[in-house]
Amino acid sequence: MSKTLIRGAKVLGGDPRDVLVEDGVIAAVGTALDADGAEIVEAAGKVLLPGLVDLHTHLREPGREDSETVLTGTRAAASGGYTAVFAMANTFPVADTAGVVEQVWRLGREHGYCDVRPIGAVTVGLEGKKLAELGAMHESAAGVTVFSDDGKCVDDAVIMRRALEYVKAFGGVVAQHAQEPRLTEGAQMNEGVVSAELGLGGWPAVAEESIVARDVLLAEHVGSRVHICHLSTAGSVEIVRWAKSRGIDVTAEVTPHHLLLTDELVRSYDPVYKVNPPLRTERDVRALREALADGTIDIVATDHAPHPHEDKDCEWPAAAMGMVGLETALSVVQATMIDTGLLDWAGVADRMSVAPARIGAATGHGRPVSVGEPANLTLVDTAYRGQVDPAGFASRSRNTPYAGRELPGRVTHTWLRGKATLVDGKLT
Amino acid sequence: MQRHLISAADLTRDDAVLILDTAEEMARVADRPIKKLPTLRGRTVVNLFFEDSTRTRISFEAAEKRLSADVINFTAKGSSVSKGESLKDTAQTLEAMGVDAVVIRHGASGAPYRLANSGWIDSAVINAGDGTHQHPTQALLDAFTLRRRLLGREAALGRDLAGRRVTVVGDILHSRVARSNVDLLHTLGAEVVLVAPPTLVPVGVESWPCEVSYDLDSTLAKSDAVMMLRVQRERMNAAFFPTEREYSRRYGLDGERMARMPEHAVVMHPGPMVRGMEITAEVADSPRCTAIEQVTAGVSVRMAVLYLLLGGNEPALSRQPSAERTASTAHAAEEK
Repeated sequence: MSKTLIRGAKVLGGDPRDVLVEDGVIAAVGTALDADGAEIVEAAGKVLLPGLVDLHTHLREPGREDSETVLTGTRAAASGGYTAVFAMANTFPVADTAGVVEQVWRLGREHGYCDVRPIGAVTVGLEGKKLAELGAMHESAAGVTVFSDDGKCVDDAVIMRRALEYVKAFGGVVAQHAQEPRLTEGAQMNEGVVSAELGLGGWPAVAEESIVARDVLLAEHVGSRVHICHLSTAGSVEIVRWAKSRGIDVTAEVTPHHLLLTDELVRSYDPVYKVNPPLRTERDVRALREALADGTIDIVATDHAPHPHEDKDCEWPAAAMGMVGLETALSVVQATMIDTGLLDWAGVADRMSVAPARIGAATGHGRPVSVGEPANLTLVDTAYRGQVDPAGFASRSRNTPYAGRELPGRVTHTWLRGKATLVDGKLT
Repeated sequence: MQRHLISAADLTRDDAVLILDTAEEMARVADRPIKKLPTLRGRTVVNLFFEDSTRTRISFEAAEKRLSADVINFTAKGSSVSKGESLKDTAQTLEAMGVDAVVIRHGASGAPYRLANSGWIDSAVINAGDGTHQHPTQALLDAFTLRRRLLGREAALGRDLAGRRVTVVGDILHSRVARSNVDLLHTLGAEVVLVAPPTLVPVGVESWPCEVSYDLDSTLAKSDAVMMLRVQRERMNAAFFPTEREYSRRYGLDGERMARMPEHAVVMHPGPMVRGMEITAEVADSPRCTAIEQVTAGVSVRMAVLYLLLGGNEPALSRQPSAERTASTAHAAEEK
């Protein structure tokens, strides 16, 4: 019988409340609650949120355990305040069968740092040719509901249409990595003023926007819902806004790095800034923040993409794309959305927990902080200011673009169904 | 001057003029019976070439040898690089053998920048061409050639290219020569016009300090120099232009077009030329074409860069006797 009393926390940024957790469930919320033998966590001044949910994580296992494993990735998640992560399918072997998704799901359960919900590949081997056994993955123990070829675009319009239609049978959703492949051959960075100067192959905004436009129209035509991964351009925002106004069932995510960083950083030729989709311009950053604030973009998803040091310690075109994000996501969102006045903490709870849990059907996550709900909770010291030190990461990889940068906020506690996974900033 | 030469954009006007003036002094060495200076004796320079480029490599090698440096040539082909060794390990291995400067040619844009700024090695780094980014010594040798032709060998000393108009024609998108030249010519006060089919102009060019035109004919009469860039035939397979013939008709320089240039204007080409594509044999072989002078200038300019980056503060040459100066001024006047 475990009992924890979280005392004086600002629930969703509101007035101080005591929250009593008993046997994995929120037993009471109020003021001056009786501790009654409970372990007490003094939380005065801190913000209590529902445990964060990441719809877009690369855990790398199986296949690239040199960069991350389910264990190290979920420890990183707990460190960052997450209680559930959706693990992308681009592993080796690809998560395109019930066997692979069950393996990843089981590893997550065994380690117990956060719930791991595998994402299934849309097509066999992420090759975009032939639908993977989506139904089998859904019916497996892993209960897959989100399907994505992330890293690659489902560029064949017919395959995309069929996938959108097919998953309706069991309430699944296709998450599209929007990247027109022909327009991005040899692409190294955002195409624009900076790429012209640096002589690096351009990744034009239109390569994303044309697929976003096509897919919202496909979703409308077949009456399906579609989720757009890592929206990165002002144009994509406009298309999603238009689609929503038309009643199309589309949801979209933005990464923390696209809310903060721009392609100006590529001038350093430091591949730590190399990511797909690429860092865009100041104008795009502004549009993405506004869209997240007004709900056009539904959620923040990390696209946590660990890579070993050698894959970044090289010349730009030879480097891997991607950056780790689980352990800095909330701080970046605080810097870009809270400190700018664009969102309040209730808004952050929605974009980083409630909405992603809803899109991915992560039962028990993204719930209100109220009596009877599973105690998936995150406590944040929002007054904290500190430099990002990759040496302290729980992730096996260190490829963060924020090393040495001062960011606000720090997750001090995370509870997964009442069990503390992070206490005073230390993993249990 | 900085410790490295990575981009033409890093040079101030005074840096650039100093390099060009020093290169003129170096050029005199070539006129001597013994074409060698002791300046870099005991220093080791490695030519680290990850891309085939015999011309540039030989030019650097000649410059290094004329300054008495010990020269190591490294080509990626057949080395451990083809077995998967990283740029970092290759560079560190070479530096461990006591290298003072690395001249690097690499297919990846930014590779020299990384080499100079990642803390991998301490040597001076000279960019001999990286991807579609920069080729600063090419821009310097072009400026050197142009300044000599337009101003005269002696009269040019200490001067820049203020008010001159240079038209650069061809595959701007994939050209490190174009990028370097836009930067350097702008720094030296020249006006630059880029001419290409729209497919071969990069998105984002509007931030460059130059004009862009899609029409070669309208630029010719106003140009002090027309610089033709090589256009690879295979570009037409990626739909950058329909056919080789159409490219030549619209953007190639032939005798008829050359005749519409001002009398003093020159034709430049960084080589290798594709005769019949961007330039006809008639133009390439005409006295107005500076392609061969550019090659000669390459050695002088690279000597100047190596000297200024590695050679310390003493003058490159003892001052010339005034009689010799007068003589070479006369020679330059003749050249004009």
